Amino acid sequence: MEWLFEARWSPYAAGAGIGLLSWLTFLLSNKPIGCSTAFSRTAGMIEKKIRGDKAAAKPYYQQFPPVVDWEWMLVLGIFLGAFISAAISGDFRWVWVPDVWAAAFGPSPVLRLIVALAGGVFLGFGARWAGGCTSGHGISGTMQLAVSSWVAALSFFVGGIAAAWLIFRVLG
Amino acid sequence: MDLLLKTLHANKKAQLGLGFFAGVIFGFLLHKGGATKYDVIIGQLLLRDFTVVKIMLSAVVVGMIGIHVMKSLGWVRFHPKVGSVGMSLLGGLVFGVGFAVLGYCPGTIAGAAANGYLDALVGGILGILIGTGLFAALFPRFKRILVLGRFGDITLPKLFKANHWFVVVPVAALIVLLLVWLESSGL
Repeated sequence: MEWLFEARWSPYAAGAGIGLLSWLTFLLSNKPIGCSTAFSRTAGMIEKKIRGDKAAAKPYYQQFPPVVDWEWMLVLGIFLGAFISAAISGDFRWVWVPDVWAAAFGPSPVLRLIVALAGGVFLGFGARWAGGCTSGHGISGTMQLAVSSWVAALSFFVGGIAAAWLIFRVLG
Repeated sequence: MDLLLKTLHANKKAQLGLGFFAGVIFGFLLHKGGATKYDVIIGQLLLRDFTVVKIMLSAVVVGMIGIHVMKSLGWVRFHPKVGSVGMSLLGGLVFGVGFAVLGYCPGTIAGAAANGYLDALVGGILGILIGTGLFAALFPRFKRILVLGRFGDITLPKLFKANHWFVVVPVAALIVLLLVWLESSGL
C-alpha cells in the first residue's frame, strides 16, 4: 500500500484511474464527470442570497438552477480527495505564488492574485460559453466521441498555448 | 440490473453521496497525477511538460472503451453536449485564455486549493464565480453567437454513419500512438 502515500504517480496511472472512475459515474449515476456548472450554480446561489428571487429568474438559472446537485457534490469531493492525497504524501503546503510564475514575474502575491482573479473570470465565462470545461468536454465529452467536445477541447489548448506563449515568451 | 440502476439513478440522496464519493476519488487522482499544480499545467501550455495531456488522453482511452462496451450492452446512456462553431470554438478559445492566465481549470482548481495554493483558493475561485455569473447575466445577448454554425449533439460515429467501434478503435490506436511518440521523444 506504499504507493498510496507517494506524492506523484505516473500520469498514465492517474489518467487510467480517471477513465475507470468514468465507467462508474456513467453506470451508477448516469452522469459524465464535469465541473464548471457547479461554479455557475454557486454563482447563482450567491446572487440569490444578495438579490433574492429576481436573480433566480434569469433565463440561464432557469436552465441551470442554483441548487446543489450531483456535479456540485463532485467538485466538493475534489477538495477532500486532493487534500487527503496531498496530506498523506507530505505534499501539502501553503503557496501564494507558484515557482514558474515567480521566476518570470517576481514573488509579489498581489500581482499573482490579480492575474489569477482575471484568469478565473475568463475561465468561468469561457467554460459556460463553450458549455463545458477540461473535464466535461476535455475528458468526458471526447470519450463519448461528441463533435462539440473535440472542437472545444482542441480550442482550449489552442487558446491556452497561444496565451501561455504570449504571457511567458513575450511579456515574461 | 436495469431496474436496480434506474432506482439508484432516481434516488437523489444516494446520488449526492455518489457524486461526492466520485469527487473524492477524482481529486485524489488529480493530485497524484500532478494536475493540481500551477507549474505542471503551465508547463503543459508552454509545451515543456506533457503531464496534463498524458493524464487526459489515458483517461479518454480507458473511459471510451469501457463506456462504449457498456453502451453496447445497454447498461449506460450517453450525454453528448450540443455544440456550434460560435459556442465550442469561440467559447473554447476564451476558456483557453483563462486556462493560461489562471493556470488551473474548474476541476483542478478545487484540487489546487486543497493542495495549499492560495492564488487558486483566494483569487482563482472568486474569478471563476464572477465569470460564470457574468455569463449568466449576458446569456440572453449571447444566444445569437451560440447558434452560429450549429452542429448539435452529434457524435463522430453518427457523423460518419458508422458503428461506434469503427471510430473507437482507430481513435484509441491514434491516442496510444501519440502517447508512445511523446515518450519516445522524451517529452
